[in-house]
Amino acid sequence: MTTTDTGLPPAVSAVDGERIVTPPPVEPPKRRRFSRRAGGLTPYALLVPASLVLAAIVGWPLIQLLITSMQEFGRAQVFGAPPTWVWFENYVDVLTDPTFYEVLGRSLVFAAVCVVSTMVLGTLMALLLQRLPKGFRLLLSIGMLLAWAMPPLSATIVWGWMFDTDYGIINSVLVNGFGLEEFRQHSWLIDPLSFFLVAGIIIVWGAVPFVAFTLYAGLTQVPEEVLEAAQLDGAGAFKRFRLITFPYLKPIFLITTILQIIWDLKVFTQIFALQDIGGIRALTNTLGVYIYQVSIAGGDFGTGGAIAVITAIILMTVSLYYVRQTIKEEEL
Amino acid sequence: MSATTATAPRAARAGASRDLAPRRRGARNRLSTALWSALSVVLFALFAFPVYWMVNTSFQPNNEVRGSDIHFWPDNFTLRNYATVLFDPGRTPFAPAAVNSLVVTLTTVVVALVFAFLAAIAVTRFRFKSRRGFIVMILVIQMIPGEAMIVSIFRVIDGWHLLNTLIGLTIVYVATVLPFTIWTLRGFVNGVPADLEEAAMIDGCSRAGAFWRVTFPLLAPGLVATGVFGFIQAWNEFVIALVLNARPEMMTLPVWLRTFLVANGTTNWAAIMAGSTLMAIPVIVFFLIVQGRMTSGLVSGAVKG
Repeated sequence: MTTTDTGLPPAVSAVDGERIVTPPPVEPPKRRRFSRRAGGLTPYALLVPASLVLAAIVGWPLIQLLITSMQEFGRAQVFGAPPTWVWFENYVDVLTDPTFYEVLGRSLVFAAVCVVSTMVLGTLMALLLQRLPKGFRLLLSIGMLLAWAMPPLSATIVWGWMFDTDYGIINSVLVNGFGLEEFRQHSWLIDPLSFFLVAGIIIVWGAVPFVAFTLYAGLTQVPEEVLEAAQLDGAGAFKRFRLITFPYLKPIFLITTILQIIWDLKVFTQIFALQDIGGIRALTNTLGVYIYQVSIAGGDFGTGGAIAVITAIILMTVSLYYVRQTIKEEEL
Repeated sequence: MSATTATAPRAARAGASRDLAPRRRGARNRLSTALWSALSVVLFALFAFPVYWMVNTSFQPNNEVRGSDIHFWPDNFTLRNYATVLFDPGRTPFAPAAVNSLVVTLTTVVVALVFAFLAAIAVTRFRFKSRRGFIVMILVIQMIPGEAMIVSIFRVIDGWHLLNTLIGLTIVYVATVLPFTIWTLRGFVNGVPADLEEAAMIDGCSRAGAFWRVTFPLLAPGLVATGVFGFIQAWNEFVIALVLNARPEMMTLPVWLRTFLVANGTTNWAAIMAGSTLMAIPVIVFFLIVQGRMTSGLVSGAVKG
């Protein structure tokens, strides 16, 4: 395992691959072929259980989703009435509905703010972890681990309690500690903007540890000699980060950012539970929650299906890069 | 690079960078280290506080929680909230939900591990036509948003008359955790050189025997880590359980907690915090067990050890 070649994916993959992953494409050595022979039907048999489950719970519903999204499918159809084909009418309905654009815009802006805050704070935390003496690093790691480990639902409820109108600690500290009387009995969740502030805090609080730990793992692979040489040449801390550390970490940055985008765009639990605690649903729905509201709560599976397909397309587009990059890096 | 090896160089290199620091900048550096350390204590408090606040509130009498004074420490320590959550017959009962959660989660982990293990062997130890296609499919499936699929999953499970059953929920959970489990296990199996098996086969083992006696024992840590990921995922899952198992006696813990929250509104925060703590404890314990390996599975394409 070499330490200096990380961040230069082709080189690393080659070392990795040659040793244990892929046999060289041209003229594979005999020993490898011996262990990696075709094996007749064995590999297919081994894939049967996993494939069956995925086909039943992912493949089949996916087809169903596409079909439903082109049908008039309401409560009556759930109880057995035959659905009527409306082809792309549901999509037209959704795409001409101002509510959908409100929800979409809200989700995009909210996800963007969350992703940027998470990435910036996560990067700063990773850099801080690197500068800390061992004991303090362990302490901070434990704190972040606790935040990361909290189940999203528990986390949302705890934050909801901390932001409680009457007895929450945040209002109490603002009033008694800072003398800000306007926060006495201040409701944080009624106003959509401050609702999303609270939701954003919950999501960023839970996501920063993942980014920080991942980037910290990457930071330890940046060669110390190069950084030191740059310092001797007079490069400041920011310049060193921008010109040396960042290029080394670029693949990790991209992938964590994409994962954050996907997770934040489809966020459900935090928004849904906060609405339970005190938000106004109609003003605070995001894509994930909106699909649930329209189809499960509202009973309009056709329209809900169309929204789901549109959401899936948006998310798949974003994740395309992740999939492509992973396939390339792993030399499949 | 598999997840097992990703942590080792991290520690070594971090040590090296720290040793270099004092030589470089001397007194100024010591001052900045002190400042960073102080900052890290503040940040630790920020990250840990909500968890502490949840536990702290859960040990206080509800009338104090609803008082004007803030108690930063449970001065009047009480276990009554836990008694309310666990034994109060008037509320949605905790015990059945906990049992449901345990049954569904453990079954999911075991079944997903077995299925994923077989699939991981197939894609790492054999060359066959659709191998690459299968791996790409696994990656793509991981990217499909569950929230978008929930409606059709509901209808499929309903069609099989498995709504409000533990079997139905388990099947869906197995499918949910499978892609990630296969992907991670594939990395672990790759980490065990096939040469070891060949050596055993030359010594007279059958192909299956060689795998079972040589490779499998080496995979034990990987299986444990992957199993824990699956456990956390299934234990925390909320949307699917909310839609599929809405009947009170069939709820899992997250759905129970949500019901408990809605039913008790904001009148009994102390009990809600007790319930929340009970749900969070297993996950926090597991996280502390596998901490270092959490990141490497997800970004294995980018983080190369």
